[in-house]
Amino acid sequence: MSAVKGYFHNIWLALSTVAIGMKITFKHLFVPAVTVQYPDVKMKLPDRARNRLYVNIDDCIGCDQCAMACPVDCITIEIVKSTPDQDLGTTSTGHKKRLHVSVFDIDIAKCCYCALCVYPCPTECIVMTDVYEFSEFDRKNLIYNYSIMTPHEIDAAREKLKKAEEEAAAKKAAAAAAKAAPAPSAQTLAAPMTGGAVGTPTKTEGSNAAQSPKPTTPAPDSSGQTGNS
Amino acid sequence: MDALDNLGVWGSVLVALVWSALPVVFILLYALVTLYMEMKVAAHMQDRLAYMRTGWHGTLQPFADILKLLQKEDTISSAADKKLFILAPYVVFMGTYAAFSAIPFSSIYIGSNIDLGAFFVVAVSSLVVVGILMGGWASNNKWSIFGAMRSAAQMVSYEIPTALAILIAVMITGSLNLQEVTKFQEGGIHNWLIFGGPLPLTQKLLLIPFTLVTFLILFIASLAEVNRTPFDLPEAESELVQGFNTEYSGMRFAMFYLAEYANMFLVSGVAVALFLGGWSSPFGSFLSGPVWGLFWFIGKGMVLVFLQIWIRWTLPRLRVDQLMYTSWKVLTPFMFACIFGVGLILVL
Repeated sequence: MSAVKGYFHNIWLALSTVAIGMKITFKHLFVPAVTVQYPDVKMKLPDRARNRLYVNIDDCIGCDQCAMACPVDCITIEIVKSTPDQDLGTTSTGHKKRLHVSVFDIDIAKCCYCALCVYPCPTECIVMTDVYEFSEFDRKNLIYNYSIMTPHEIDAAREKLKKAEEEAAAKKAAAAAAKAAPAPSAQTLAAPMTGGAVGTPTKTEGSNAAQSPKPTTPAPDSSGQTGNS
Repeated sequence: MDALDNLGVWGSVLVALVWSALPVVFILLYALVTLYMEMKVAAHMQDRLAYMRTGWHGTLQPFADILKLLQKEDTISSAADKKLFILAPYVVFMGTYAAFSAIPFSSIYIGSNIDLGAFFVVAVSSLVVVGILMGGWASNNKWSIFGAMRSAAQMVSYEIPTALAILIAVMITGSLNLQEVTKFQEGGIHNWLIFGGPLPLTQKLLLIPFTLVTFLILFIASLAEVNRTPFDLPEAESELVQGFNTEYSGMRFAMFYLAEYANMFLVSGVAVALFLGGWSSPFGSFLSGPVWGLFWFIGKGMVLVFLQIWIRWTLPRLRVDQLMYTSWKVLTPFMFACIFGVGLILVL
């Protein structure tokens, strides 16, 4: 192509390609918007979207497997053993609860949304929800307390455990002493067992509802967000 | 205008003030509309919605923007040349505003009906370059000075095709007075200069290709004059961080912005007055009159402004050498060819 021809060809290309581009943008002027008006309209999340963690504390057996699986250690669980005479009930999956879960904190600010805590849970009580709007002005508010035990209840459970342990120790000592002695008496063994089951408020469904909920316990669905922002 | 003589000194001063304030009122209202239009057109071309939360479809957003700019802290960096820095936005706006005085908005309104109208517009709008150079230099910021230098180079080179394009209209109409040029084109769309003007048929038909090319070149060159995409190298927000107005904030920044938008209408107004019949109705005497004239002038101007916005959201930015190539190697030679052709046709 000669220089002159190239010059005019260039000009023609410039004009025609601009026309093509402008035709495209003009067409798009009348294409409905593909965006959604976010706070008013929300896009549907994928089924397995991983967002805020939720713990159904009624099903928690305090096994600590989720905390151990957590790669960033954002889950803190403290437990108090129950005594043999207490019945903490069963989870919805049929597991027997043997431990008081006195602390179940998730620092959601640390959470990396890997869902590794979800898989080991034997009762499927820790789950990923579709709630993603939980920003806070204070980082402390991002530590969610899922345990529903009051300090009073925890103290009572500890007290009871201590008492039971002391009694068990005493019983052991007595058994050891009885072993040493030739004829153990059945009556001395039975007496501490009945005396132990007095006055400790074991948790039932009814007492849960009456308790004031902890301030930052989030609900599993998006409608029940904590209103502490 | 005879009434002015009976008003005394203060009366005529007052009338002059009101008369000269009308373009400012227009510029402010127009800037609000165009600000909104620009964002909405941009969004819809990209399949978005833009402002939706301030008022119905975000119609109050321009007011919110202005309120925000008014409240902003007015910062002047310590290393800046304070006097020039403060002066620059006003020089830019002044250049634009002064040029508005020669624009015939309607058959009864023109700021100053001077015989050198078209020449005055070209000359006085060059003041914008001075203001931009001033602002960029006074900012003492490398991006700002880059932007200002580019702006000066660009405006100076694109003024040549613009002036030559205006010359074509002057050659055909025989007047530099924009009001006269507009009156020359009265009588309907076929009399517009872009379609050869009200000349004998053979001359007209011969002129049409030249005037069409001239209008196209005038439009392209005016895009570069007002620093709009694809010739927005002086601002180039992605590489120069807004160029010459990087260091400005608050109302000073708003002044630059207002001047840019006013400039958009100014170049459109000149193009309309010269080639698209100005305030004259496209249907001859139908829907013509002073008020309709205002409507037609602003309407035609806004169509060109929309075209500028449309191009902005279509084309990417040119490289500096491409910019210079376009001006010196394409637009200017074509303009010379057009002048030669039009001159030949008019003489024959």
